[in-house]
Amino acid sequence: MIEVKNIHKSFGSNHVLKDVSASFEQGKVNMIIGQSGSGKTVLIKCIVGLHEVDSGHIVFDDRDFTSMDYKQRKNVRKEIGMLFQGAALFDSLNVEENVMFPLNMFSDMPREAKIDRVNFCLDKVNLENVNKLFPSELSGGMKKRVAIARAIALNPKYLLCDEPNSGLDPRTSILIDNLISEITKEFNITTVINTHDMNSVVEVGDKIAFIFRGQLWWEGNHLEILNTDNKEVNDFVYATELMKKIKK
Amino acid sequence: MLGFLKELGMYFILLGKVFKRPDKGKLFRQQLVFEIDKIGLDSLGIVVIISIFMGGVVAIQTAFNIDSPWFPVYSVGFTVRQSVILEFSPTIVSLILAGKVGSRIASEIGTMRVTEQIDALDIMGVNSANYLILPKVVAAMLINPLLVIISMFLGILGGWLASTFTGLVMSAHYIYGIQLDFSAYDVFYALVKTVVFAFLITTTSSFKGYFVKGGSLEVGKASTRAVVQSSILIILFNLILTQMLLA
Repeated sequence: MIEVKNIHKSFGSNHVLKDVSASFEQGKVNMIIGQSGSGKTVLIKCIVGLHEVDSGHIVFDDRDFTSMDYKQRKNVRKEIGMLFQGAALFDSLNVEENVMFPLNMFSDMPREAKIDRVNFCLDKVNLENVNKLFPSELSGGMKKRVAIARAIALNPKYLLCDEPNSGLDPRTSILIDNLISEITKEFNITTVINTHDMNSVVEVGDKIAFIFRGQLWWEGNHLEILNTDNKEVNDFVYATELMKKIKK
Repeated sequence: MLGFLKELGMYFILLGKVFKRPDKGKLFRQQLVFEIDKIGLDSLGIVVIISIFMGGVVAIQTAFNIDSPWFPVYSVGFTVRQSVILEFSPTIVSLILAGKVGSRIASEIGTMRVTEQIDALDIMGVNSANYLILPKVVAAMLINPLLVIISMFLGILGGWLASTFTGLVMSAHYIYGIQLDFSAYDVFYALVKTVVFAFLITTTSSFKGYFVKGGSLEVGKASTRAVVQSSILIILFNLILTQMLLA
């Protein structure tokens, strides 16, 4: 479980996160949703330590990440897999080397075992015969799948995803959502997804946190979000014509 | 002024992260070999061309400027040797490498920053500064002196070719000149300068790339700034080291 307790984060005079508290449960797909600029990405970057919080605590299974030194944080980070908006694959490495990278860095497995693990992870994300391709030779959806394979290579306890569907067509988006959901359930991972894609929320969201103007505005599940009376949530959920028609 | 001090502080904090023990020795060695190839061997061609022509031009200019019976003809060889060893090879070659290697390092690391590849390394628990920058710094400090030694040899050879083929100086006089009053300390001085310049080029360029914010436009600007600042630092430290080592 990941707990966020009363965190504040400012950039100069811009107070981005205001007293945000939330918990993200193990074995569930936890989603952070909200408009662009609401503070979702800042929140997820605070959780993984890419941004230091001004005050408050981030707790990974009773371990306070905010009060840890570099070495202690490093040990927690080995348990975190992250999927970035742009996949963030290493350009100079091929698919196999990308997925093998965390294994090379943090395990003493023999090379054959590493290759087996790479093939297992690529198989999990339904990718075959791509081991020797470079990121520049992959489509957007394939890049995301390779990034998921890399994120799960070290059997992470926590999987964090920053807008995993951005730039993908609807079919590929659903494929990526389902992959993340399956991996979460199968390996009992605490997954946190930052998105503004309502389709993802309805498809795989077990627990949803709505961020509005830097504050945690609403929490619930994917059924409750469609029936809430909260005005800001409704404005966000039913912003598109398609969702308005579905509501009617 | 405050901006400059802030940048200087960030530079030294980055160096503190760079000069740590690598997470995996085997990966560091692999990266080191890769960087030696990229920084050193890929620059060999331009170093060869520049050095030969540089030596040739110095020889011809010297020959024309000492057109007086008071100056012995062998002073052409002597001047070429001294100019090439003391200044042209270590400084000019380093300035060329600041352009070629510095821009490559800044744009490579800058692109990794804007495409979140550095964030990905940090989240994995990898010391990204150490993993990305240390092999480049060590590689340049090892391979640049070798490039400069090659440049010295080729510069003197270029001077000989230009002198003898144009008939300005006889081969025997030139060879006598390049052996006259040779001091090994001059080579030592040149190599010390080269190592310092290699450190400045790689750390300045890496610093510029590592802290890029924005997109491709900012990466381009960082790359330009890396070359300009490395070149200025080379010229500044050339003066300081010359005063320290030769005065």
